[in-house]
Amino acid sequence: MTTTLPAYDDVVARYEPVIGLETHVELGTNTKMFCGCPTDFGGEPNTRVCPVCLGLPGSLPVANKAAIEATIRIGLALNCSIAPWSRFARKNYFYPDMPKDFQISQYDEPLCFEGYLDVEVNGELVRIGIERVHLEEDTGKSLHVGGATGRIHGATESLVDYNRAGIPLVEIVTKPVPGIGALAPEVARAYVTELRDVLRSLGVSDVRMEEGSLRCDVNTSLNLPGAEWGTRTETKNVNSLRSVERAVRSEMLRQASVLDAGGRIVQETRHFQEDTGGTRPGRSKETATDYRYFPEPDLVPLAPEAAWVAELKAALPELPRLHRRRLQEQWGLSDADMQSVLNAGAVELIEATVAAGATPAAARKWWLGELSRRANETGVELADIGATPHQVAELQGLVDAGKLNDKLARTVLEGVVAGEGSPTQIMANRGLEVVSDTGALTAAVDEAIAANPGVAEKVRSGKVAAAGALVGAVMKTTRGQADAKTVRELILERLGAQG
Amino acid sequence: MTDLTKLTAVEIAGLVAGGETSAVEVTRAHLDRIAAVEGRVHAFLHVDTEGALAAARAVDERRAAGEELGPLAGVPVAVKDVLTTKGVPTTVGSKILEGWRPPYDATIVQRLRAAGTVMLGKTNMDEFAMGSSTEYSAYGPSHNPWDLDRIPGGSGGGSAAAIAAYEAPLAIGSDTGGSIRQPGAVTGTVGAKPTYGGTSRYGLVAFSSSLDTPGPCARTVLDAALLHAAIGGHDPRDSTSIPQPMPDVVAAARLGATGDLTGVKLGIVSEFVGEGAEPGVMAAFHESVDALTKLGAEIVEVSCPHFKYALPAYYLIAPSECSSNLARYDGVRFGLRVGDDGNRSLEEVMSLTREAGFGPEVKRRIMLGTYALSSGYYDAYYGQAQKVRTLITRDFTAAFEQVDALISPTTPFVAFPIGARTADPYQMYLADLFTIPTNLYGGPGISVPCGLSEGLPVGLQVMAPTMADDRMYRVAAALESAVGTFTPPAL
Repeated sequence: MTTTLPAYDDVVARYEPVIGLETHVELGTNTKMFCGCPTDFGGEPNTRVCPVCLGLPGSLPVANKAAIEATIRIGLALNCSIAPWSRFARKNYFYPDMPKDFQISQYDEPLCFEGYLDVEVNGELVRIGIERVHLEEDTGKSLHVGGATGRIHGATESLVDYNRAGIPLVEIVTKPVPGIGALAPEVARAYVTELRDVLRSLGVSDVRMEEGSLRCDVNTSLNLPGAEWGTRTETKNVNSLRSVERAVRSEMLRQASVLDAGGRIVQETRHFQEDTGGTRPGRSKETATDYRYFPEPDLVPLAPEAAWVAELKAALPELPRLHRRRLQEQWGLSDADMQSVLNAGAVELIEATVAAGATPAAARKWWLGELSRRANETGVELADIGATPHQVAELQGLVDAGKLNDKLARTVLEGVVAGEGSPTQIMANRGLEVVSDTGALTAAVDEAIAANPGVAEKVRSGKVAAAGALVGAVMKTTRGQADAKTVRELILERLGAQG
Repeated sequence: MTDLTKLTAVEIAGLVAGGETSAVEVTRAHLDRIAAVEGRVHAFLHVDTEGALAAARAVDERRAAGEELGPLAGVPVAVKDVLTTKGVPTTVGSKILEGWRPPYDATIVQRLRAAGTVMLGKTNMDEFAMGSSTEYSAYGPSHNPWDLDRIPGGSGGGSAAAIAAYEAPLAIGSDTGGSIRQPGAVTGTVGAKPTYGGTSRYGLVAFSSSLDTPGPCARTVLDAALLHAAIGGHDPRDSTSIPQPMPDVVAAARLGATGDLTGVKLGIVSEFVGEGAEPGVMAAFHESVDALTKLGAEIVEVSCPHFKYALPAYYLIAPSECSSNLARYDGVRFGLRVGDDGNRSLEEVMSLTREAGFGPEVKRRIMLGTYALSSGYYDAYYGQAQKVRTLITRDFTAAFEQVDALISPTTPFVAFPIGARTADPYQMYLADLFTIPTNLYGGPGISVPCGLSEGLPVGLQVMAPTMADDRMYRVAAALESAVGTFTPPAL
């Protein structure tokens, strides 16, 4: 069935979207949730396993205190209440990547509940309600071999890697977010971005969407103005911030086209398609499961002491949004300038560069200018460009000391990005330092004057502007390694003209 | 020459420690006995001859090296096939785990090894510990040494039969609704269910996590206490394990053996002495009550009004937990796999595996539990059963404000003929009528032989408050001192 999708502006003029987000975060604890196996990413399949995370008969889980602490800190950072008493529950369903054929999760007694996260969209603050934050264990990973699609259907063989099984996973569920109209896709993205920054500032996870340590499911529904909320769909496989925004948008368009045609939205799980930006149906209703939740009898209830929670709360770091506001003031940036810093993902980089000795203006110039340009060209994240804040600060120090001019500094930066070493080393190795030896420079100037008698005569007669041609000639013979201002002064001096 | 198989664990350990015999001799004697009677008793699913002799030699070497040996060093022990044993087959009485050799030892097995006991092998049981007769073992029933045509109780009938048949002086069982105590009662042996959390469940293949409790089986109360002390105590691998030190059950058994119960107040559960138990069982029980009175105990009747709901509550909670615990037997990672011909879907292979691998009683309970936990039924079944559990706990708490311990018959009837109760599951479930409340409460209970009814053993149950396991050992040892131990006819 091919349908022409309606225009976005048209959709938001006629329908009101409601979104909701479920985010899974793999915690960066040293060991798994219920056993002592290591959690690092990668590793030969099935090497980071033991009787517990393989669910062998007789094995028992023991909860990881570091994971409980991280979850409480996340809850506190999201302004949640921390349950004085909560329990793990078993979520029962058969699937080979779940060693016990049930997942230890939390059901009606989550560790953290009723919070919020404020996010900024177009300068406006939107408060996203947090329904719950709970702790569970991750599943293993299935690999289906031999099929065309990599999915289980048509595969000749299925392999399971349990290295990931049992890694602590925090699920953060928002309340439904209505009333945001056309901004829905941007709000969704802003929320996940802000949440990622909060989690990063807490140091509880490396929050890498591409490695799956931060995973997002997006719920979307449409309703007519004034009507009840529509049936929602859940879109999975949303693996980047950009995809979050695209997934909401495309699902709004798809639902509108269904509704426009007099159709009905089916409550279902859909999968985001990175290539097309659309969604396609996932698990069908026929296999919808009754998870038969019940309290996990192998684990004692969690009862975090109030004093401990208070201690964790007092030790929370400054939240990213407040932190950014403080930086904006310190750096003296307008809202628009700050926004471009944010969009470039350069806040922490600039902050670190300033901490390493550069002025905010210089730090911003490098990260938003040359480095952002190169990041865009090569399609990598700015943070992964290959230059560190320390190197950028060092580079700027060389400029400030007059050892590099702007053009040379850019060349040195190329070397830094290429991994040739520190700016000072590159400057020395490539012989890029500004020619400041006046003897050599005077010789070059005299040579230029001798080679261009006509121009020299004009300058002598008072046409100072003509000196530009001589400056150019000197820069050429010094391969750009001279300071243009010094060269100009020297030329005027030699020709007895006044600047 | 002394028949080493007729000795108590205390006597064997004494002879080994004194150099009057060796652990290897003791082990060979028991292996010989097993070879002689197993064909009729069928107490074992696996006899680990080489492992046993190696463990025995290690004890003898330690003794020769002058090392100090623990109180059970060199004593053979039979382990119910519900505990994982590294490299030694562990089937839980089920076809679905046939041939599985666990890569790890249960905590209790580790402790048994550390104590220098000699594991003879793994004993028969009802599949996944679901049953009261071993008739639901996928490998055929065990036979009661008192009458080979009768059941030895269950689920731990293999452990009880092994002890009663002198194939081992000690055994480990697990008690979810009476699976240590009821076999003890019908084989004339001692079986103790410790306080829940007093013995580690790590490596105990789960049936019902909130009820399963491993514990000791022996021919005397003191032997049971020594085994209890060897395996008990906190285990960080089991979250539900109690961190506090456990009471000194060995000292309590020794104190009880003096035969003085002056100042001890015992409560007869009035709900358990009405109808429901066979007259012969009640007669033996009442004679024991008289004996306890003569030992100085004060005896009163105590009402526990909610105990009558224990059986139905148990048959919601235990199946619910089992339906989840047994999900992992899906043919993917270990054990049986059926129908994997390259064409069938994953779901079909899982389904065929479970269809072929589980027996009728296990399937029945998985179905019951799956239903009880289903959306829309949870509150009416599982939720309601949990409320009953709370009420039963309150009954116990109130009773223990009046008395030090409660007593009752262990099971309503003596060993029944093989096949007598398999047609009607409810008739089988009744075997645990008196033992189940203790599991729901979490306290300790012990069955001690108290007499015979028509030539078959009757057990008396002593129930104590949680973490007061010492009290039941004292009372049981005192009764034992008065009525003696019971020896089955020669096989």
